[in-house]
Amino acid sequence: MTVASKSVAGSAVAQAISQIPDPEVPVVSIADLGILRDVAVDEAQRSIVVTITPTYSGCPAMEAIRDRIEHEAGVHGFAAEVRTQLSPAWTTDWMTESGKEALRRFGIAPPGPAHAAGPVTVRLSRHVVTCPHCGSEDTTEISHFGSTACKALRRCNACREPFDEFKAL
Amino acid sequence: MTAGSAPSPEAGSAAYVLAVADDAMVYAQRLGEWLTNAPQIEEDMALANVSLDLLGQARALYARVGELDGSGRGEDDYAMFRDERQWRNVHLVEQERGDFAREMARMLWFASYQHELYAAQLASSDPVVAGVAGKAAKEVRYHLDHARHWVLRLGDGTDESHRRMQAALEWAAPYVDELFDDHAAAVTAVEAGLVARLPSELREAAQGRVEAVVSEATLTMPDPPTWRSRGGRDGIHSRPMGYLLAELQHISRSHPGATW
Repeated sequence: MTVASKSVAGSAVAQAISQIPDPEVPVVSIADLGILRDVAVDEAQRSIVVTITPTYSGCPAMEAIRDRIEHEAGVHGFAAEVRTQLSPAWTTDWMTESGKEALRRFGIAPPGPAHAAGPVTVRLSRHVVTCPHCGSEDTTEISHFGSTACKALRRCNACREPFDEFKAL
Repeated sequence: MTAGSAPSPEAGSAAYVLAVADDAMVYAQRLGEWLTNAPQIEEDMALANVSLDLLGQARALYARVGELDGSGRGEDDYAMFRDERQWRNVHLVEQERGDFAREMARMLWFASYQHELYAAQLASSDPVVAGVAGKAAKEVRYHLDHARHWVLRLGDGTDESHRRMQAALEWAAPYVDELFDDHAAAVTAVEAGLVARLPSELREAAQGRVEAVVSEATLTMPDPPTWRSRGGRDGIHSRPMGYLLAELQHISRSHPGATW
């Protein structure tokens, strides 16, 4: 992400926007998730152009994120234009290390590296996911599709707790 | 378009993108019906998630169609305010929800088709088509994997699940050819560089995926069907389509302009 800013007020609004939490996973920011692609602040015009990229095509959180960006900009006295950028397509590889750690502490297994060939060629049996509760690697997938499009549902065979896994995409 | 004039390249491109979007939209609607009806709650969520991916693909493509055809129409205009004869989806996706095995047979075929389709659109001359394809290609890999796992479980499961999965493949067979028909809009789209390959050129790879799963699941590919569906790309649909549209569209049409 690039943050272009010309003044202190400008960087404050850019900072505030980068810290907006994800509506579904509030422990990580949209910057941590790699959803926020660009913030361009025009101090003279009191306007800001924010570029975001959707995680999944139908992700309903995008509407909430858009609203929140406009709200945060308004609080700082800026008019926001939110642009959606499809290409290059979002990948979980853009997630920051601190974001992945925050997910783990929240009880969601962070995504492994996204493979160019995708999950079809990756056998699930070789796909090691560590339990975010007890750290065991002995976990099994219950469902490819969890509570949201970006997550799968798993169970830990050691501590018996179910947990979400953020799917590599 | 006035009578007798050739459609402009943009209009031809719009017709193609509309067909791709309509397939996704109608199948999203059918999959959404599984909420509270799937064999287990995880599957309610899974099918709704697949539905949501397809809905998202359709929304982005409809917005693009409104630019390409010069009408300035938005996604709701296409999804909610077109009548049956204006839809360009294939018959496979409009068929009524059957048992779970039928849904997995349908998803296996449709995801295999979309997998090849979106791959052929990655280098599209249209930046939106290419952008949607880039995202969708990743999503479809999950759909395909999901269908594959269920076909394996059901095919290589109990006698009853095997019998019903085999029957489901037989059910889907007459609707498969239509996915790979080189309809006029697709031919125009290939000439315009919108997509790299004709539908017929996607078949070998898509069918190869299906055959590999069917074989691994101890099932057999059906004999060539004695009839086949046709007409969807020209707006000629089968009986379930009208009922599907009634359910999809009735709120928007009962309360035009309503927002919430």
